[in-house]
Amino acid sequence: MEHHHPTPLTLESSGWAPSWPWSGSGEKGPGTLRICRTILQVEILDAKTREKLCFLDKVEPHATIAEIKNLFTKTHPQWYPARQSLRLDPKGKSLKDEDVLQKLPVGTTATFYFRDLGAQISWVTVFLTEYAGPLFIYLLFYFRVPFIYGHKYDFTSSRHTVVHLACICHSFHYVKRLLETLFVHRFSHGTMPLRNIFKNCTYYWGFAAWMAYYINHPLYTPPTYGAQQVKLALAIFVICQLGNFSIHMALRDLRPAGSKTRKIPYPTKNPFTWLFLLVSCPNYTYEVGSWIGFAIMTQCVPVALFSLVGFTQMTIWAKGKHRSYLKEFRDYPPLRMPIIPFLL
Amino acid sequence: SSRWLVLAIAMVRFYMEKGTHKGLYKSIQKTLKFFQTFALLEIVHCLIGIVPTSVIVAGVQVSSRIFMVWLITHSIKPIQNEESVVLFLVVWTVTEITRYSFYTFSLLDHLPYFIKWARYNFFIILYPVGVVGELLTIYAALPYVKKTGMFSIRLPNKYNVSFDYYYFLLITMASYIPLFPQLYFHMLRQRRKVLHGEVIVEKDD
Repeated sequence: MEHHHPTPLTLESSGWAPSWPWSGSGEKGPGTLRICRTILQVEILDAKTREKLCFLDKVEPHATIAEIKNLFTKTHPQWYPARQSLRLDPKGKSLKDEDVLQKLPVGTTATFYFRDLGAQISWVTVFLTEYAGPLFIYLLFYFRVPFIYGHKYDFTSSRHTVVHLACICHSFHYVKRLLETLFVHRFSHGTMPLRNIFKNCTYYWGFAAWMAYYINHPLYTPPTYGAQQVKLALAIFVICQLGNFSIHMALRDLRPAGSKTRKIPYPTKNPFTWLFLLVSCPNYTYEVGSWIGFAIMTQCVPVALFSLVGFTQMTIWAKGKHRSYLKEFRDYPPLRMPIIPFLL
Repeated sequence: SSRWLVLAIAMVRFYMEKGTHKGLYKSIQKTLKFFQTFALLEIVHCLIGIVPTSVIVAGVQVSSRIFMVWLITHSIKPIQNEESVVLFLVVWTVTEITRYSFYTFSLLDHLPYFIKWARYNFFIILYPVGVVGELLTIYAALPYVKKTGMFSIRLPNKYNVSFDYYYFLLITMASYIPLFPQLYFHMLRQRRKVLHGEVIVEKDD
């Protein structure tokens, strides 16, 4: 990435001392005040081997880490910016893309340590793949595609209403997630390590297949308390889906497009967002609620297990988010718990 | 919190050893008493907190032992006289004796080189032999499991779930393929570090 310099770079200086206004290449006549900025040099070393990987001279002091990463990619094209981690200390934290060179505690030659984060994949790609899978897989079982159940059941349809309802709910859930990924969510990180997509897809796709197998099985047993149970469970599911969507919209509105600012979320006019009074991550609360609803509706142990595992993971995330809110904001509402009001 | 875990593992081991010998080694009482003493010792060790093994490695080992003892040999009577059972029990015995001697002498700060050598070299033979014994035992148990349908749930049922112990055992046997080399190479790396003083650069995340 080239900088367009309004003043010519005339000095290969390595000192902070500004040069005299009239020295230089003499393009402009004498008497013109030319501001010679201090120029920095950047060297990039491998964090593990300390090997010198790259040396950049004539770097503008107001250059950002993102620009340095782009320059580094030129000499090492296999390390595109998303997989670079640059730090001031080999064991320290990664510098952010927005950090400006002259605001960092570096001398005239900035030394950065480089760590390869491994192949990266965009969050959007991962989300789309991991959500499209369950949507498609569940339908394979719902339509009783051959080779899943006995051949006499191929392409037959269940006689239980709840089975059809479950298919609608499950499909709606994942269609909602796909649409949110495309149109609602604002991601603070662009990428994640490539191996995550295999891990995540195994989890989502595996559980989807396991659940779908039993719910759409010819020997499926409908809930013990019949229509009452199904109606109650459906109500829980729908309320929680609406709640989850409301929270996603509220979080989106907190952050203007293209920015990475972080603010404390507060309840809005939408009653579903009032859960923010009690909980830091109501989106997770509603998500767990949705799956509990689905488990009660289908009365299926694999669904309950999926809800439990999801709950465990979301609790870990919620606690982390809660902790970083507390660290970042002095005036964070004290009543709030991470995921379950008053409890967890 | 890791001490609690270690203590829990020790207590489980203690009851496990008791179970093993009651069901299988009725005639070999000397070994029984020998083991009981060592199992008690481990509880003391854990209270002092000197067990240096990583929790994950210990966890995998303990769960596989509990699985073998309670879910296989204890529950499936016909296979108790199999030679493969004797095979892995002998391996476990030798391994435990070596390990506990190592811990004891380390505690006493007087570790004969032979004990250290044994702890980090015996496993090279013992691990694979033990794995063979365990796998053969599970394999021998398969026909009985299939015939009796033990530990299994069939459809239809009101919880809409099923579990087939037979296929579970097949999957368990298959899981030895990725798990065993990882444990084995972990021990080999420990060995190189301890016996040859090699500095191993760990891959950090």
